Amino acid sequence: MADFTLPELGENVTAGDVLRVLVKPGDTVTKDQTVLELETDKATIEVPSSVSGRVTAVGVKAGDKVKVGQVVLTVEDGAGKPAAAAAPGPKKAAPPAPQASAPDAGGAAGANTSNKIPDGGQEQHVEGAKRPAAPAPERPSTAAASAGKVVDITRGARPAAEPAAADLPPAPAAPSVRRMARELGVDIDGVSGSGPDGRISIEDVKAHAKRLLEGAARGGGDSAPASNVPLPDFSRWGEIERQPMRPVRRKTAEHLSAAWRTIPHVTQHDLADVTALEELRKKYAKDAEDAGGNLTVTAIAVKVVAVALKVFPQFNASIDLGAEEIVYKKYVNIGIAVATDRGLLVPVVRYADTKNIIQIAVEIAQLSAKARDRKISLEEMQGGCFSISNLGGIGGTYFTPIVNAPELAILGISRSRMEPVWQATERGRGRAAGEFVPRLMLPLSLSYDHRAIDGADGIRFLRWVVQALEQPFLLALQG
Amino acid sequence: MTSVQLVVVGGGPGGYAAAFLGADLGLSVALVDPEANPGGVCVYRGCIPSKALLHVANLIGESRHAKAWGVEFGEPKVDLAKLREFKNNVVKRLTSGTGQLVKARKIQYLQGLAEIVDGHKLLVKPIGGGSDVEVQFEHAILAPGSIPAIPAALKVDDPRVMDSTGALDLPDVPKSLLVVGGGYIGLELGTVYATLGSAVTVVEMTSGLLPGADRDLVEVLAKRIAQTMKSVLLETRVVQMKAEGRGILVTMEGKADPKEQLFDRVLVAVGRRPNSGIPGLDRTRVQVDDRGFIMVDEQRRTHEPSIFAIGDVVGEPMLAHKASHEGRVAVEVIAGENVAFAPRAIPAVVFTDPEIAWAGLTESQAAKENRKVSIAKFPWGASGRAITLDRTDGLTKLILDPQTERLLGVGLVGPGAGELIAEGVLAIEMGANATDLKLSIHPHPTLTETVMESAEVFFGQATHVYRPKR
Repeated sequence: MADFTLPELGENVTAGDVLRVLVKPGDTVTKDQTVLELETDKATIEVPSSVSGRVTAVGVKAGDKVKVGQVVLTVEDGAGKPAAAAAPGPKKAAPPAPQASAPDAGGAAGANTSNKIPDGGQEQHVEGAKRPAAPAPERPSTAAASAGKVVDITRGARPAAEPAAADLPPAPAAPSVRRMARELGVDIDGVSGSGPDGRISIEDVKAHAKRLLEGAARGGGDSAPASNVPLPDFSRWGEIERQPMRPVRRKTAEHLSAAWRTIPHVTQHDLADVTALEELRKKYAKDAEDAGGNLTVTAIAVKVVAVALKVFPQFNASIDLGAEEIVYKKYVNIGIAVATDRGLLVPVVRYADTKNIIQIAVEIAQLSAKARDRKISLEEMQGGCFSISNLGGIGGTYFTPIVNAPELAILGISRSRMEPVWQATERGRGRAAGEFVPRLMLPLSLSYDHRAIDGADGIRFLRWVVQALEQPFLLALQG
Repeated sequence: MTSVQLVVVGGGPGGYAAAFLGADLGLSVALVDPEANPGGVCVYRGCIPSKALLHVANLIGESRHAKAWGVEFGEPKVDLAKLREFKNNVVKRLTSGTGQLVKARKIQYLQGLAEIVDGHKLLVKPIGGGSDVEVQFEHAILAPGSIPAIPAALKVDDPRVMDSTGALDLPDVPKSLLVVGGGYIGLELGTVYATLGSAVTVVEMTSGLLPGADRDLVEVLAKRIAQTMKSVLLETRVVQMKAEGRGILVTMEGKADPKEQLFDRVLVAVGRRPNSGIPGLDRTRVQVDDRGFIMVDEQRRTHEPSIFAIGDVVGEPMLAHKASHEGRVAVEVIAGENVAFAPRAIPAVVFTDPEIAWAGLTESQAAKENRKVSIAKFPWGASGRAITLDRTDGLTKLILDPQTERLLGVGLVGPGAGELIAEGVLAIEMGANATDLKLSIHPHPTLTETVMESAEVFFGQATHVYRPKR
């Protein structure tokens, strides 16, 4: 018998929602066969099995939330050892996921997993801290860990926590304290009490709430509580319907709130005369189409921004506040915001500075299709340096995009339109100086992180983008 | 037509507590109830009149007991009419009091029956006749309470077959009385009639009296009842009742011998069911579960967001004090506070002689949940106060968490248990542990000391209980 547990899926991904289970008890699976489709915060992932044999039990079903380390299925005559199983993360060799039943896991995986143990330990510690008076040794997961096995940290900690919590008396807090906690949106079970035997006082609850808020203000990210401002009873004014937030929507909300809280945004607007560019675009559209892409304004903008990032390296960077350093990137990856029915996704065009516009156009077409068909991997949405959001297909003049942290800037593109433009100088066609000429104008909005970028640099960057769109020669001249 | 921010349907202890708090918080409030004044079943036909009668029963019991101390009063002469009057005056005094509080708070009191029109409108059909009153509301709290459940086999159209309401009217003191149901209502009223001179037989379907209460507590009561009542038949059910001229002929199956017995009167007290049959409820999104309880969330909100429900109609335990608390929570939610109904202990009291009371986790519930607990018992034989009362049959019991020593539950049996339980509730709510109880000085000589000494028992150091060292 062997268990297949959910392997590590990638950076910061610890859980996912099961979309489909592709095997059932009685089936025979082989190693690397896809057994599960998982929707994580950002991507749909196909999870390959690390074991072979006849399936005796399937531990998950569609709609379940599964965590890394949780048993997905059990097979008989399992050929692939769980220790070997560790690798099947999407793409590169993730550190082996802690596995339950591998007798040699402790030794073999020791180096890699040792840094996992403190994680689990910490979780235990936090649990323990909730109830200082309740010593941990009875908790099964701790017992297992002390037995020297490097085992299912996540799996052990989770289910154990539930029964243990049920067995523990409720948080030692008076009714007045519990009521205040509720009003402040604080889970009383998460507050550690400073009184005798861990008794929780009103001050403890206030201090806990303050820490949460400060964590949120520092951009504490996921640990920050969602907004707890009580909502009015909307139904007083008419019919309403409640729907759960999709994972992508939830993640977007958290990510953008964190970015908005952390980054002092400045948005600079400008107009590019794309009359000539539009003629070129139409002229070469067929070439892109033949290659399998669309010669869109976005594709051209990716190229322009990629070169601009080389001319203005201070825009291709991230702030490391902890280390008080600015991290400059020597590569140029551009993210493209794509609206899908699951929500906003941002796939990344890698090394855009080394690609020509047709190559970029083809790549964007492929990435967008993947994003809409839920086939995009997490990997394909990571590592961006700068993002572009083009809403011109829908309309609008200007908007204020939010920087996709930890990037430093984002370019918003709106819809181009014919405008009368005052031409002050003669253009050598015999026309009199000074008249209105119809030109196709493209509105651009650049939001940037004012902590790292000064206003003068902001407008210089945007001016350069405008000029490159008006005079594509600049791309070759300076890029 | 009238328009209010809050309408409360049902004027019982849950409903009027809600209406009063609503008014105190500045809401415009209407209260709908068929009676002339608020009070509900509790005040008109339940807790209050039964306690008035039980007080008298206790007095008679004690006066008989006094013979053992050298004081004899002789057999009491009971003037039933006067006793009824006392009981009725108690009810009148309380209900006119609530009536005055309604006026003082400027609450619109609508004496009638409510019919719901939609999530923001209801009609009140006045008791005295007249045209319907239309009430527009922002929020409603439904507090219709519960009604006696009478199985079809026990429905006999004869005044000698009574429910709790009929028994409280005290029509006479029958020579023989059958009480169907060994729950708190049957035992309390059975105690009254037994003390007044009826030969009382109690029939209970299950294997013990007071299902839900811990057996060691019930044991003490059962011993006493065996002396005051004619017989207690467990695992016995009534299959048929027939009204005859000489009495009610009852056919039983189980431990009854003979199977057919004749009683002057029968009290049916097998339970109560939620009164969720409010006309027009189906015009809202309010949902009722398969047992008839209106479904609510922890803030007591129904599936219709403008309508809340509290009290017996939303679930067990069907107790007045639970309803009042829920009513106040619902009103605070309506007033915009983010609060919830989240008690850690709801006390239950059976006003028999001796009284039984418990709060929080019971021992039997812990066993059912397979939850590890420590039990500390202090028998009242070791209490100075109990000995002075010549009532040493009581018991105080603490249910504690073995690791944190936190108090999870309290069980009590003995005279005055109903008053003693309040300390247990407070201790559980405050998160007290055995040390806290042990270190709080209790007045001597009182029965409250048994709570402190139970905590000492937990540590094996009770002053008045010696436990040999192992």
